[in-house]
Amino acid sequence: MKWGIALLALILTLPTSAGIEVRQFPNPELEARYQHLIEQLRCLVCQNQSLADSNADLAEDLRDEVYTMLLAGKRDAEIVDFLVQRYGDFVLYKPPVKKTTWLLWFGPFAALGLGGILLWRIGRKRRPEPPPPLSDAERRRLEKLLQDHGSDDA
Amino acid sequence: MTAELGQLALIFALLMAVVQAFFPLAGAALRLPAWVAVARPAARAQALFLAVSFYCLVQSFVVNDFSVRYVAEHSNSALPLFYRIAAAWGAHEGSVLLWALILGLWTAAVSLFNRGLSEIFTARVLGILGLVSVGILAFILFTSNPFERLLPVPPDGNDLNPLLQDFGLAVHPPMLYMGYVGMAVPFAFAIAALMSGTLDIAWARWSRPWTLVAWSFLTLGITLGSWWAYYELGWGGWWFWDPVENASFMPWLMATALIHSLTVTEKRGAFKAWTVLLAIFAFSLSLLGMFLVRSGVLVSVHAFANDPERGLFILVFLGLVIGASLLLYALRAPAVRDHARFHWFSREALLLVNNVLLVVAAASVLLGTLYPLVLDALGLGKISVGPPYFGSVFAPVTAPLFLLAGIGPLVAWRRDDPARLWRQVRWLVPVSLTAAVVVAALWFRIGDLVTLAFLATAFWLGATALLPWWQRLRRREGWRGLRQPAGFYGMTLAHFGLAVFLVGVGVSNHYSIERTVRLAPGDSAELGGYRFLFQGVREFDGPNYGADEGTFEVYRDGERVAVLRPQKRFYRVQRNVMTEAAIDPGLRRDLYVALGEPLEGDAWSVRLYVKPAVRWIWLGGLLMMAGGLLAAADRRYRTARATAAAPASVNATA
Repeated sequence: MKWGIALLALILTLPTSAGIEVRQFPNPELEARYQHLIEQLRCLVCQNQSLADSNADLAEDLRDEVYTMLLAGKRDAEIVDFLVQRYGDFVLYKPPVKKTTWLLWFGPFAALGLGGILLWRIGRKRRPEPPPPLSDAERRRLEKLLQDHGSDDA
Repeated sequence: MTAELGQLALIFALLMAVVQAFFPLAGAALRLPAWVAVARPAARAQALFLAVSFYCLVQSFVVNDFSVRYVAEHSNSALPLFYRIAAAWGAHEGSVLLWALILGLWTAAVSLFNRGLSEIFTARVLGILGLVSVGILAFILFTSNPFERLLPVPPDGNDLNPLLQDFGLAVHPPMLYMGYVGMAVPFAFAIAALMSGTLDIAWARWSRPWTLVAWSFLTLGITLGSWWAYYELGWGGWWFWDPVENASFMPWLMATALIHSLTVTEKRGAFKAWTVLLAIFAFSLSLLGMFLVRSGVLVSVHAFANDPERGLFILVFLGLVIGASLLLYALRAPAVRDHARFHWFSREALLLVNNVLLVVAAASVLLGTLYPLVLDALGLGKISVGPPYFGSVFAPVTAPLFLLAGIGPLVAWRRDDPARLWRQVRWLVPVSLTAAVVVAALWFRIGDLVTLAFLATAFWLGATALLPWWQRLRRREGWRGLRQPAGFYGMTLAHFGLAVFLVGVGVSNHYSIERTVRLAPGDSAELGGYRFLFQGVREFDGPNYGADEGTFEVYRDGERVAVLRPQKRFYRVQRNVMTEAAIDPGLRRDLYVALGEPLEGDAWSVRLYVKPAVRWIWLGGLLMMAGGLLAAADRRYRTARATAAAPASVNATA
């Protein structure tokens, strides 16, 4: 039974079980970097899974690749560059900022700015109107009232 | 026989939907009371036919009728009864039928619980819901018929996808669809109001409880989905920004904006046109989600292009719904009079800020979800948009929401004094900061600024959300001060739930630890102060799968705290291997073990996680849902209906 499962797990590439391999790291920082990297990289043959989440053979190969390069002392950027050269931007879950992704990256902030401007304009339009100025007749009445009131006090 | 009956009922439902759409709408336009009166009975009859049809599909699953293609493809005689029933909505055809059934149920509910509405207005609402139903039912009958027969009849079925053989995923779609489809109700109210020409306050009051209930179901559906992904997918994440998840999250964001905007429309008569637009958007995004999930466009743009029938149908339908609604909006909205005025510091203004932020958030998710598809379709390259993108875009947009959500209800309508509010809440600033530092120092690492910010924001939000309770208690009435309408409690509960959710996200994202280790029986591994002792693996026989089941005893300070039995299952029919993680849940932490691969000897690779506070994420979701339901139960809506003598529509077009 057990070996049957193991055999099948090798044959099938399924999204249903995470890739679980035991790897040795000289220090915890390297392990953290490894974990971070494989979470940021896409399994190219899966529908939507990171290298960390996928059990596909290719994902396993790529994890091996990342692991080997990390042990060889490569920097994160070098590893990412290497994979992008081989597989294109598709491998990155954080798309690079370039001409075709400007809208993607700046769109939300532009929308936020636009929303701010909209708010400001609506706020101005909807501002409660100041009470209309008094007419001459009203002002005379007010003065009279104030005068009467003042004389009462005196 | 059962399948044919189901098919027949489905055809009758479509015919009834046509009747329900045509006569009431035409009758309302031509002032024909007899035609208008068709609306209610037609709506109920349609729901009944759909119920019969759906029952027939479920029955085909229950009796293992593998001559029905859909049953043969998604069930098996060894599948337990519960999952055979759930398999009815486990794939495309059945889930669209469930969609239609739920629309039928919402429609019937509207026909039952709107006694206060004028006949004409009700007829319009039901007519529009009927139009939507015509589209969906035509889609099922012409492209996705679940009752198709299969010849020759296979001896047994192909079984349900093992991922779906699970309680969480059995109940997730119905709840989610209740939410998705429920958005059709405020949509229909909004369109009916546009048709009648007057958008008055009564219209907002009528659609509020419906929107709240639909929103609560959507919240529950998303929460269930996230919970399921966490324990079933086997790598301990709870949200992946997957397009399928985004498809449910966008309508949720829009619906959240809508329930807030409806408040302003109802209470102050402001933002009328804007609220209508939000109702249109919320439903359109629900349909867009259906397109994304059902067309195959997510698997690949090219797969969609090769077999475009279904996708194209939904796309045309989506285009018709959005196009017609916006056209009507463009014709009618400019005439809407909206004179409400407010100061820049007022509840209206803050709710407007809420709306802008939520709409921008929804637009960002939409952009990130569609961008790779559009780029690929235009031949401009293939990119992936994943969690790192959404994290960096979403956080700055939503942070102000968390800071303001608790404040908003403390601010008066029309105009308030910022200094007065500041005097009220300023003591909460040091309180939430101190609480964050203390909690971080006691349980986590202090000096981790991101977590401190998360915790402080969450405490601030929770405290400001509950402040009104405290204020009312302290005032002279004492306990009687707490006799507030249900809407008030619903709102504070939902905002408090948001704070609970935030604690879960901040703490579990930053302090979850994991280790992948090789363990032979008798070996143990340490993680986060817990010792996981591996006792070995034995074989386990399930109804339609075989499994290797590991046993782990977990110790803390020498005391046994849990026994976990993760499985690695092999589903015999589909020949699938599934990791079935074992979890010891708790409010403080989850212990999570997933069995990996067998290694040499009796050893296995094993992944261990300790995830603090992860449960707070779903607890927050549940609190939000409860808040929504509580608010919808407010007595005001029922009495409003009984006393609403002046209907929205009758005099409008005269």
